[in-house]
Amino acid sequence: MNAKKIAAALLTMMLAAACWAQEGHLDRAPISPTDAASLQAGARTFVNYCLNCHSAGLVRYNQLEKIGISEQEIKDNLLFTGEKVGDMMKVTASANQQRVWFGNAPPDLSLEARARGVDWLYTYLRTFYRDPSTVTGWNNKVFPNVAMPNVLWTLQGIREAKVETVKDEGGEDRKETVLEAAQGGTMSAAEYDRTVADLVNFMEWMAEPHALERRNIGYVVLIGLAVLVLLTYLVKAVFWQDVH
Amino acid sequence: MAAVQPTTKTSGLLGWIDERFPLTKLWKEHVAEYYAPKNFNFWYYFGSLALVVLVMQILTGIFLTMHYKADAAEAFSSVEYVMREVPFGWLIRYMHSTGASAFFIVVYLHMFRAMMYGSYKKPRELLWIIGVLIYLSLMGEAFFGYLLPWGQMSFWGAQVIVNLFGSIPFIGPDLAIWIRGDYVISDATLNRFFAFHVIALPLVLLGLAAAHLLALHEVGSSNPDGIDIKVYKDPKTGIPLDAVPFHPYYTVKDIFGVAVFLFVFAAIVFFAPEMGGYFLEENNFIPANPMQTPAHIAPVWYFTPFYSILRAVPPMMESQFPGVLCMGLSVLVFFFLPWLDRSPVRSIRYRAPSYKWWLAAFVASFIVLGYLGTKPTDVWGRFPAGIPIIGDDERATWTARLFGAVYFLFFICMPWYTSRGRTRPEPQRVT
Repeated sequence: MNAKKIAAALLTMMLAAACWAQEGHLDRAPISPTDAASLQAGARTFVNYCLNCHSAGLVRYNQLEKIGISEQEIKDNLLFTGEKVGDMMKVTASANQQRVWFGNAPPDLSLEARARGVDWLYTYLRTFYRDPSTVTGWNNKVFPNVAMPNVLWTLQGIREAKVETVKDEGGEDRKETVLEAAQGGTMSAAEYDRTVADLVNFMEWMAEPHALERRNIGYVVLIGLAVLVLLTYLVKAVFWQDVH
Repeated sequence: MAAVQPTTKTSGLLGWIDERFPLTKLWKEHVAEYYAPKNFNFWYYFGSLALVVLVMQILTGIFLTMHYKADAAEAFSSVEYVMREVPFGWLIRYMHSTGASAFFIVVYLHMFRAMMYGSYKKPRELLWIIGVLIYLSLMGEAFFGYLLPWGQMSFWGAQVIVNLFGSIPFIGPDLAIWIRGDYVISDATLNRFFAFHVIALPLVLLGLAAAHLLALHEVGSSNPDGIDIKVYKDPKTGIPLDAVPFHPYYTVKDIFGVAVFLFVFAAIVFFAPEMGGYFLEENNFIPANPMQTPAHIAPVWYFTPFYSILRAVPPMMESQFPGVLCMGLSVLVFFFLPWLDRSPVRSIRYRAPSYKWWLAAFVASFIVLGYLGTKPTDVWGRFPAGIPIIGDDERATWTARLFGAVYFLFFICMPWYTSRGRTRPEPQRVT
């Protein structure tokens, strides 16, 4: 009786917590950890655009073999400044130098997807806009006054912010920053979204390289344990059949 | 205790051992001829499960210690080294991190069982006290262990908790420095917390667990009816009529319980090791940075009911000590349960209805306080706005205070409400 009451209360709490967690205005990142092409494209974007300032110091280059890039391909396409395939993905500049140059050392991105969440990253990388009032000339909707400029602007183009008044659910006026394209980039909006999704997919992989393996092993373990539950139940039932 | 003579003399290797070490005697006393009530229900699985989790934490902990570096410069990356480079290191680490939360879930349910069926009542007061000591040690073990990954939440969580000790009048500031071994949480703190986590408290926990079992086997297990099974014994054997030997009956039953537990446990380890940020917090994937305070600091879920009580008490005379005192009391009050409870019956089945309502209110307050404690706050003593159902921050703060009051009233009023009201007659034999 009490057990049921408590279970019901717990369930209500968890549902409430889940509703709470879903608030916020982040776009869902359309990513798949099994999509090798997407992961490889993301790795390419990461090495070309991010790794110049951000390190991924917990990741070895040759771990990328796990997402289907061969050692030769890593050597040919991803190593620019004499690194070895067994090296960690570090940057040449020290954190102190970077602090002097940028005012803030760009964080290591090895675990960024786990710290921020993929939806945050996906939204963040797509909501830069021109803002002459900042040092870099760029600003961001989900990370206001971020020190990082829009490094992908040649791909995305330039966007500008307009404040619009919209009606919210309660029918009240609310100001919202809306981004509008001011100058096109080399990619269409859809292409750019795909590129960012691939990048985020790669960052998610990088944050936990064994995630796919973990789930795959998990199915086998759960099946094995289900059998164990059944067997141990039968053993228990046999032993207890005489107890009344 | 009078020596139990083995009824059949052992021979061979076992005989050789038994002449020198009481192996058969121990086995019979504590397993094969330990007679437990035959009517244990679902709630009686959690004692053996707690032991299973303790062993699992020690085993996975040993392997983690082989790769972990207790050094402020290397701790964070050494944990990630385990996750990435050590074969199946991720599995061992997730088992350990999930095991921490599982330990508390199991222990909370085990304690709730004792409260439902009055297991702490005479003659099991000392058994209960040893159990509360285990719970206290477990809190310490979890707190020390949580610093080791050296993430932002590790660092700032430890900062907040050590500062609580710092708020104690007169000795506080010196005490905080003594605990940290430094003026701030630093490498010195990390090293001593590592020592406490991997050797000091595990030793204490193992010793207390052994004492808990010895005390249990001395007085015998209680049961869902809360009646004494030793009243009706078989006249020939002297074995209680409502009892079964622990082995094989409860060994096979508990093994089934362990299998079910492992299924749920594996589902979390393999498919949701972060448990939505409740078992592994997002902020702890950022290395500790003493120069950057995270916007929101909240302890792991198993401490949040007490953390809520702490936050619900407003500072008095510019000191947070009243809140710290209330939080400390909210844990220590469990020690007094055997003497606060005046009910003539043990089990909730035969108690007056008022007790059921009080216990339900207590469980509700524990859950609500726990939930509120996970919510971030900016101002001390204030809870945030926007919590579902509750809404604005004023109401959230008063909700925490209300449920904090219910939490304490459950204990304070216990001598009163357990000694009145009509109890139902207890059965002679277990049902």
